[in-house]
Amino acid sequence: MTRQQVLDLYFMDARCKLIEVAAFLDRVDRATGEADFRTVAFRDALRHLASEGTGRTAAVLRTLSDPTEQPVERAPGKGAVGAWPG
Amino acid sequence: MRYIEPHGHMVSRTTDDYLDMVTAGCAAVCEPAFWAGFDRGSASGFRDYFGQLTEHEPRRAARYGLPHFCWLCINPKESEDTRLAEDVIALIPEFLGRPTVLGIGEIGLNKNSRNELRVLEMHVDLAARHDQLILVHTPHLEDKLKGTRLILDVLRADSRIRPERVLIDHVEEHTVRMVLDHGHWGGMTLYPISKCTPARAVDILDVYGSDRLWMNSACDWGESVPLAVPRTALEMRRRGWSAAAVDRVVYQNPVRFLSQCPKFRLPEEG
Repeated sequence: MTRQQVLDLYFMDARCKLIEVAAFLDRVDRATGEADFRTVAFRDALRHLASEGTGRTAAVLRTLSDPTEQPVERAPGKGAVGAWPG
Repeated sequence: MRYIEPHGHMVSRTTDDYLDMVTAGCAAVCEPAFWAGFDRGSASGFRDYFGQLTEHEPRRAARYGLPHFCWLCINPKESEDTRLAEDVIALIPEFLGRPTVLGIGEIGLNKNSRNELRVLEMHVDLAARHDQLILVHTPHLEDKLKGTRLILDVLRADSRIRPERVLIDHVEEHTVRMVLDHGHWGGMTLYPISKCTPARAVDILDVYGSDRLWMNSACDWGESVPLAVPRTALEMRRRGWSAAAVDRVVYQNPVRFLSQCPKFRLPEEG
């Protein structure tokens, strides 16, 4: 696909999602109380969006991932929350 | 258009979904054993579930002319209880000879615990002893990268396992390369929020090629879209993929992998 074709197909969708991310961050900042590790991880992942090259998606996913290598002793539950609590 | 739904938890869906899928061109559906949303209390509950997967659900699908196949295991979400897992795994061989059972799956990891790993190894051993195909679930979200690495280590450590007979499911951009580099097939799961969107799945096909990748909806009792595969086929067409190239991904690729099990036969093939 040409860049023009990609823009024609996806710009409005990406624009919508970009504004949703901005609105989410505004919402978090307007809210009261303490944030948690998810906010830190999210902001850390955001830096990849402004980087050069085509590896942004994988970089964001890695930033939100558990970087350790050993299995945990016991499953702490069943669910996942989208960011590694550390 | 024709397509295979290689991963759908149809016991959680209504017959309306069967009607929609067949209308959209679905030629077969494959159902891995899954977590019910609550922990089953005994192996007898699994015996009933395996009966549902191998007897009841194929009959329900057949009412819509849709071949239904399945995979058997105790899901990673219930693998923390190794005693229960041992009892369930001991049940599985009596079901492996049934005509619609394709192999062992979806096994794998959920929270990457030692007990989950132990149960994964037991499943891999079961598959090796009975020469079964393997379908692997990789963990969700923040646990996926680590879990995928651990799973690949387990598979590589068992010399009886042929990589081309293992499909590692739920790959994303940060795990797809390592799965393909190990010689396995990869599955992309099309979820509205927590896995691949159609656009990202087509990106992965563009970047990594379509030789050993398939797509599935993994529709279950949670947020999921039973028509995600045909919708992604539409996305491919919008991006200039030919009808033949789409067919290779959504139909021929699943047929290639699944046909390694001689029981996977579609009606037109006799």
